[in-house]
Amino acid sequence: MNWRGNLLRACEVAGLPILEPFVRLAAGEDKGDQLKGIAKYVLLPMVAIALFLVMWNAAAKTVVTDSAKLPSPAATWDAGRQLIAMHFEQKQVDRLAKQEKLSEAVYMVAEANAYDAAAARSTGAKQDALTAKAATLKTRALAAANYRASSAPTFIDQIWTSVSTVFFGFLLATIVAVPLGVLCGMSPWCNAALTPFIQIFKPVSPLAWLPLAFIVIMWYYAGYASGETYFDKAFLISATTVCLCSLWPTLVNTTLGVASVDKDFINVADVLRLSWMQRLFKIILPASLPLMFAGMRISLGVGWMVLIAADMLAQNPGLGKFVWDEFQNGSELTYARIAFSVIVIGMIGLVLDRFMIFLRNLVSFGNPATA
Amino acid sequence: MGLIGCSSGKVTLADLQAAAAKIDISDIVIDETDVAPAAMLNLESSDLKFGFIKLTDCAPLVIAKEKGFFDDEGLNVTLEPQSNWKILLDNVINGQLDGAHMLAGQPIGATIGIGTQSPIVTAYSMDYNGNAITVSNDVWAQMQEHEPSLKSPTPPHPISADSLKPVVLEYLADQGQPFPMGMVFPVSTHNYEIRYWLAAAGIHPGMYTTSDLNGFQDAQVQLSTVAPPQMPQNLEADIVKGYCVGEPWNQKAVSTGIGVPVATNSEIWKNNPEKVFGVAKSWADENPSTHLAVIKALIRAGKWLDAKDDTGKLVNRPEAAKILSGKDYVGAEEAVIAQSMTGTFTFQATDVLDMPDFNVFFQGYASYPHYSDCIWFLTQMRRWGQITEPKPAAWYAETAQEIYKPEIYRQAAELLISEGRLEPDELPAIDYDGYRPVTTEFIDGKAYDGRDPIGYINSFEIGTKEES
Repeated sequence: MNWRGNLLRACEVAGLPILEPFVRLAAGEDKGDQLKGIAKYVLLPMVAIALFLVMWNAAAKTVVTDSAKLPSPAATWDAGRQLIAMHFEQKQVDRLAKQEKLSEAVYMVAEANAYDAAAARSTGAKQDALTAKAATLKTRALAAANYRASSAPTFIDQIWTSVSTVFFGFLLATIVAVPLGVLCGMSPWCNAALTPFIQIFKPVSPLAWLPLAFIVIMWYYAGYASGETYFDKAFLISATTVCLCSLWPTLVNTTLGVASVDKDFINVADVLRLSWMQRLFKIILPASLPLMFAGMRISLGVGWMVLIAADMLAQNPGLGKFVWDEFQNGSELTYARIAFSVIVIGMIGLVLDRFMIFLRNLVSFGNPATA
Repeated sequence: MGLIGCSSGKVTLADLQAAAAKIDISDIVIDETDVAPAAMLNLESSDLKFGFIKLTDCAPLVIAKEKGFFDDEGLNVTLEPQSNWKILLDNVINGQLDGAHMLAGQPIGATIGIGTQSPIVTAYSMDYNGNAITVSNDVWAQMQEHEPSLKSPTPPHPISADSLKPVVLEYLADQGQPFPMGMVFPVSTHNYEIRYWLAAAGIHPGMYTTSDLNGFQDAQVQLSTVAPPQMPQNLEADIVKGYCVGEPWNQKAVSTGIGVPVATNSEIWKNNPEKVFGVAKSWADENPSTHLAVIKALIRAGKWLDAKDDTGKLVNRPEAAKILSGKDYVGAEEAVIAQSMTGTFTFQATDVLDMPDFNVFFQGYASYPHYSDCIWFLTQMRRWGQITEPKPAAWYAETAQEIYKPEIYRQAAELLISEGRLEPDELPAIDYDGYRPVTTEFIDGKAYDGRDPIGYINSFEIGTKEES
């Protein structure tokens, strides 16, 4: 049956082996085996999660200090629902405000036209004053028409900011790390030259880089007001920090992948008298892709962890700032919102990881093992 | 109108003209006699980003935004909470923020080069008072041991640091370390207030020197810097034994039962300046009209906050407390914020005092930037060694004029008067020189005259002495 094979392959590539027993069951394979699989990969985790929730609930009743208490699962869930509802309310309010501003702007322009008409009828100082007034009105109308909502970013806004920052930083890191890694893997001389840098900088916590990244970005953007630049300064600072920490796993794994390409492949290349470019694109890169992607997967995971911390430290927009702002708030809802954010941060981390597994499985040959 | 609903891309003047063409301009009544274009300021920029710290005294900014006062001036303002005073100041200096809710000492410290050096100016004083000193329950019990009159459900106020002195000395003898307390920033009002309160009882809070930038030299009480919202947690964790901070972080300690406020800063100095609205000098130079518009909105916000009915009740404060408790602003419980904002202050469950002037935003010219307020901070900076060199009295007056910009405040207020939004008597008289009258309303009864900074510095037993 072909659909069975396709579905199984899809489960494998998508990194979702959890669905496998269902597919096999539908295909009519041995029931006992598949039910055992479902029990192991679906039911057991659900029981474990339920147990965890019970323990969490019990802990929430016990862990109470003078100033705060651990939020219960129910309180966390409520806080989460509230946060999401707040997003949609805020967007609605912003939309209305924008419409109102736009009609105000149109009216202001009409008013400016009236002043211009009046100016055309008068002379001297009065004419100048009326023209000036009309010009002021037009400037204001333009500002009002291009009004951007100035409400604080909501929880969902912060999720998007964080996700786009982490991807930008990760892409930056990949663009640097992959070519460098290939170079190091192909040339032992290059590798020897870069090794000291890799060994010294790899163990550095990227948060220690943050102040330095800050200076570099500030220097680069000196003299620009906020909004004049293509990227936001805060966005670039966060992305640079992510980049600095997600560089190393990709670099090291790419080097390893390229250096450990099967000798037989190289011999074949020699026999076929492939050019350097052909060697690179036909043999070395494809053969080292699985390790390269393994490195990128670690990179993205590390980048996500670091981004949250960097946002907290530097107050850059994103989920980290959201958590920190909530911590500063100190109201009853604070800890429930933080708990909800923690879960959301974890889930996004999971999705990012699965995404990288999916990419790796798409490009790698042979056995796509998930881990 | 055809334009509505187009959300992508920038709207140009031509687009607006096309939409406006449908409006018959002969219907629009314009005031042709109004030949002063000042009535509508020609803003250099209208999208502004201001920073604040999660404290109730950021209220004028929040109210100006939420009640539409910024909007009335054509300003689109975003308010961004900052994690601490240092980051807030840095962001104003590097241009990420257009302006911010600042400690009154910050523009002064930044301009004369304590810590970061970069000129900051202020044309608006955000409030008077609003802080308190809180100690842990344990320290409070010890203070009661040493001063039996405190062992009452309603102890007499103000409480001086006399009863704390033996506690500090005992700790010093037992632990061999200075008694740890917290304040929010080296040039904060809180730092000078808690030092004033301690020193008035003969406790040495430590001197700043050229090499000791923490101010721990000779300290009996070691004052470390803690961000305001973290104060209650640090007290609970016994990292500090007491602190001086703005609201709601003292009432929070009471409501959660982890500490007891002992003195408000209005008891240490009645109507002391607290926060200001600071902008980089370069920003003020480049955006004079925008600055003026911002100050106009803030003055209205201050007036709104201090509006009273005939019985002297602050009518708008409950609404202000509700707005401030929003998660994007102060974020603490409304009830906690309302306590101090609506004119009561809880020292203990049994000891609740009416303090209508706990937060003063406007009345008594509170939002006017008085030179003498700036000079008081300079005297304290010199007293505690942050200003390392002796300076002549004239330097104090000149420095105050460099940082405080009452002329901008006056211009904004006059525009408001012409629009009928402010009464002329709500602005100091035209011949006012910026020096508030000499006052002795300090916890130690000393007299402060802004015209004689050197004499004031020399009147203290603890601190730098000047040769005069």
